[in-house]
Amino acid sequence: MSRLSWLAAIPVLLAIGGVVVANRVTPFILGMPFFMAWVVGSVLATSLVMWIVYLLDPANKP
Amino acid sequence: MNNISLLIIAVSLAFIVCLGVRARRGIEMNLEQWSVGGRGFSALLVFVLMAGEIYTTFTFLGASGFAYGFGGPALYIVVYTVLAFVMSYWLLPPVWRFAKTHRLLTQSDYFAKAYGSTALGTLVAVVSLVALIPYLILQFKGIGIIVELTSYGGITPATAIWIGAGAMTLYVICSGMHGSVNTALLKDAVVLVVCVFLGVYLPYHYYGGLGDMFQSLEQARPGFLALPETGKNAVWYLSTILISGLGMYLWPHTFASVYTSKTETSFRKNAAVMPLYALVMLFSMFVGMAAVLQVPGLAGGQIDLALLKLSIQTFDPWLVGVIGAAGLLTAIVPGSIMLIASSTLFARNIYLVAAPSTGDAALSRVSRVAALGISLIAVILTLRGGQSIVALLIMGFSFVTQLAPALFASLLAGGLTNKYGVAAGLCVGVGTVAYTVLAGMTMQKLFPAAPSWVHDVNIGVIALGLNIVAMLAVSAATRRVAQGSIAGRLQSSPEPL
Repeated sequence: MSRLSWLAAIPVLLAIGGVVVANRVTPFILGMPFFMAWVVGSVLATSLVMWIVYLLDPANKP
Repeated sequence: MNNISLLIIAVSLAFIVCLGVRARRGIEMNLEQWSVGGRGFSALLVFVLMAGEIYTTFTFLGASGFAYGFGGPALYIVVYTVLAFVMSYWLLPPVWRFAKTHRLLTQSDYFAKAYGSTALGTLVAVVSLVALIPYLILQFKGIGIIVELTSYGGITPATAIWIGAGAMTLYVICSGMHGSVNTALLKDAVVLVVCVFLGVYLPYHYYGGLGDMFQSLEQARPGFLALPETGKNAVWYLSTILISGLGMYLWPHTFASVYTSKTETSFRKNAAVMPLYALVMLFSMFVGMAAVLQVPGLAGGQIDLALLKLSIQTFDPWLVGVIGAAGLLTAIVPGSIMLIASSTLFARNIYLVAAPSTGDAALSRVSRVAALGISLIAVILTLRGGQSIVALLIMGFSFVTQLAPALFASLLAGGLTNKYGVAAGLCVGVGTVAYTVLAGMTMQKLFPAAPSWVHDVNIGVIALGLNIVAMLAVSAATRRVAQGSIAGRLQSSPEPL
């Protein structure tokens, strides 16, 4: 557990944000309903965040 | 010419069994090899194993069915899975280290060792088996439905379940976890291709494209693709994500497959990759949404048939056979891992406690006999059906979530809890779940006077809350008696990399 773990708050905030600001069908983004597009965007962002955490975490250095 | 689909399913099953049985070659199959693959699996194998467990028939039929029945709220499945992956980055490495140091084989072993109590291990094993066997039954039910529909009624569900369960048990007894991981590789590849194909092609075929499909749906059912105001609304969505996300790694078979990894770095690497894989579930939801206007009228438990019904209506028999084979794999591969976990639980945490002088080789035999026995019990219960099984299925997920407080306390707050507190919390939590399900309790019945948003909270939150309160209270009350059994030893073992 380090300061890095605070980055994990981003995915959680994105999930909560989804119901607060993104719970709507329109506008369609890339053909997807807005709410679904938000979830897809959040998943991509989460993957990116976790990749950054992985790279910065000294535990993964050889 | 419908026999072609049956032929494809049969050939796939035979191929899987060969693959599973051959996996034992060159391995001296002791219990550690059988249950946790000798702790030697690479990051890729750990990935397919964990993905294999998480993407069960539920992904294939359940996620599409939920999207068909409820629309937007189905996205909770993607979100809780992804948040559990995030948590896994910090959760799994210490669990793995502890398991390696103490040579643990089951989830119950973890609790027994962390809290210094064999009896607690047995209690956890009993709760785990009560949760896990219905989950296995669910996979068998899936086999019956998938094979019956995709063989155009050529094979009855009972025949399909006997054959599927028999094939799975055969390679489990021969190869254990090595068989599961070999078949998981194939299964993930096939399911990935089939899911993406169906999710892209069906919206295109019926609506002209994904965007056109969503627009037609919005016209026909305004708001269906977002969260509703009541029922499965934002409060339900967030509380269900909390409960399901906490429970995901607490499934005994998922927990035990953490032990199969060769290194702890695998988990951190996979935490970044697995969220992308979660997006595959989106494609099976597209299928369910495509079915809303094409095969209308499915209700209740029938919504799980949306994917198969739409596929049969659309494709030639050979392609239906391929889809059926993929569906069969999503039931057999995770089912095999559940079977290994439950028989190891029985052997290590129940049989060995009753007969402590049992040697390694004998225990290895006991767990294989247990695999046969558990599989047989599960088949019989599946065929007999009945309301009690449905209730157990609903309870399974809530049961395993009740292990979460004890796990997190052992890692983060070992000083505040002990074996008595954990046992008390577990009993209170499991009892509350059983009561709410069996008595048909809802939040509305429990708190009639509360504001309406309270009524939409997932009822699992109550059991979890009472569990935590009982755990902390009893731990505090028994602090003096329990001295020395407090779980502070987890962080002490440095990583042997």
